[in-house]
Amino acid sequence: MNPARTLWLLLVALFVFSFGLAAKLQPQFQSLESTRRQSANFFSLLLGDSSKIFANAFFVKADAYYHSGYYPTIFDNNSAFQTPHIAEDTGAVASHNQGAEDIGFMGPPRDWIDAFGRNFIPNRHTHLDEGGPTDDLSKSSQVREILPWLKLSAELDPENIQTYLVTTFWLRTRLDKVSEAEQVLREGLRNNPGNPQLFFELGQIYDENYHDIARARNIWEAALRSWAREEPDVPQSDRLKMTLENFDDRFMFEQLQTSLALLEEKSGNTAAAIARWQQAILAAPSTADMQQHIEDLKHKLAEQPSPASSK
Amino acid sequence: MRTIFALAGVVIKELYRRKDFYVLFILTIVICVIMASVNIFNDNQIVRYLKELCLLLIWVSSLVIAITTTARQIPAEREQRTLLPLLAKPLTRTQLILGKFLGCWLACGLVLICFYAFFGALAASREHAWPLLSYFQAAILHWMALGVVIAMTLLGSLVFAAPSSNSTICFVVVATILCVGRYLDAVALSLHEPLRSVIYAIYYAIPHVEIPFEMRNLIVHDWPLIGWKFIGLDILYLLAYVAIFLVAACLVFRRKPVN
Repeated sequence: MNPARTLWLLLVALFVFSFGLAAKLQPQFQSLESTRRQSANFFSLLLGDSSKIFANAFFVKADAYYHSGYYPTIFDNNSAFQTPHIAEDTGAVASHNQGAEDIGFMGPPRDWIDAFGRNFIPNRHTHLDEGGPTDDLSKSSQVREILPWLKLSAELDPENIQTYLVTTFWLRTRLDKVSEAEQVLREGLRNNPGNPQLFFELGQIYDENYHDIARARNIWEAALRSWAREEPDVPQSDRLKMTLENFDDRFMFEQLQTSLALLEEKSGNTAAAIARWQQAILAAPSTADMQQHIEDLKHKLAEQPSPASSK
Repeated sequence: MRTIFALAGVVIKELYRRKDFYVLFILTIVICVIMASVNIFNDNQIVRYLKELCLLLIWVSSLVIAITTTARQIPAEREQRTLLPLLAKPLTRTQLILGKFLGCWLACGLVLICFYAFFGALAASREHAWPLLSYFQAAILHWMALGVVIAMTLLGSLVFAAPSSNSTICFVVVATILCVGRYLDAVALSLHEPLRSVIYAIYYAIPHVEIPFEMRNLIVHDWPLIGWKFIGLDILYLLAYVAIFLVAACLVFRRKPVN
């Protein structure tokens, strides 16, 4: 056989084989991609699941920056630093910290080298948003220094909701960077579609910063639908039972219903507000104040002239 | 003294003929510039992560330069067979050790001036401030710590067979001191005898070069100046270790065959 012809035939055969192999493997890769959304992330590809360990380390690093370097190591008493203060101060997480922060984790000096060395390290508890080591409140915007580590932490572990919430809190409330905060939340929602906590924060931006009540309402209602979809087989009454295990579930539900109730009050929809408050009561640990507020709203509604009588 | 300075001058000339410093300096600049170009929420005043990274690179680079430069000084003289002619001149072995030490230490001082100038410029580009006294404190203690490392490496170059093994051992020892030196006493407290006494002995015996290393945190986070009294005491503490290592090196070298 002509060698050139043989080569051509071989080339065609290889082409057919590679096309067939690609057609066979492509669906499998697609399903793999959908189960590993984060695989597009460079760090996740490089580090795999260990990226979460690094993400946590960088989150703690952000907290160390918040304290201007005054931070316990594994050799120190870190009972007052179990929950990072940058997260604790946002109210987004429950605190596990024990003991007073200001007493200090270092304790008395162990020996003269330790006592001498303490003159060369940060040795006082400060927070960056309270002026840091200089106690100068005009420098409270220096809290921006925690942002690089939070950004890196979010890149490494895009499924950690806490990182987005903390980043958003500092950007929105202390640095007045609302647009950037919104971008962070949208990035979080891209990585964690339909997360109620992220929706809640986004709604807050539209309500408090953009004063766009209609959109805030839509977002919070979407958050409630997402909340319900999280565990479709569990009845709402079970998810709202007063147990420690479902604290996060209850807290989220209450926050959403309360925010919607306040929004309805602001819009003048008293009847809708009462309905929301009644829902919020289902998840609230103490209901007396809410009950009183509902009664006040009912009185207010009763005093309002009905549309028919006003005509 | 003139002989010692002449010898030191040769070592300094050797440093700027070699590429180590240029490579590490340019690498530090490139890494810092790349990190500075990262957009973090459209805020161009964020600087502390850059300062921390830059100081860490300065420490790593200076240790690499100090250890690798010092480790090859005497073995190279021996390999090139220039040690014997050198000692045939009116030069004692002690002067040779002191000259080599001074040369390496001054060379590291020059390196630090370049590095800290870059660090100051980088920080000022974002902070618009020049806390020169803080930088001076950091640089002077850094230089003293390098003095200890250089003296230790010089002693190692007389004890260990090859420069590579000496460099590796010195790197491991220095890295260990920098990472856990400060906490050895805390570790000792949690142990039983006789290990506790052994760890305590190590804790008190090692040169605590981690004190200047950990001072980086004060510079990064804009803490106020350290009292000059403490700076002075730390300089004296580190110089004492320099003296101990140099005396040990002189004693070892005195009994060492030249060929």
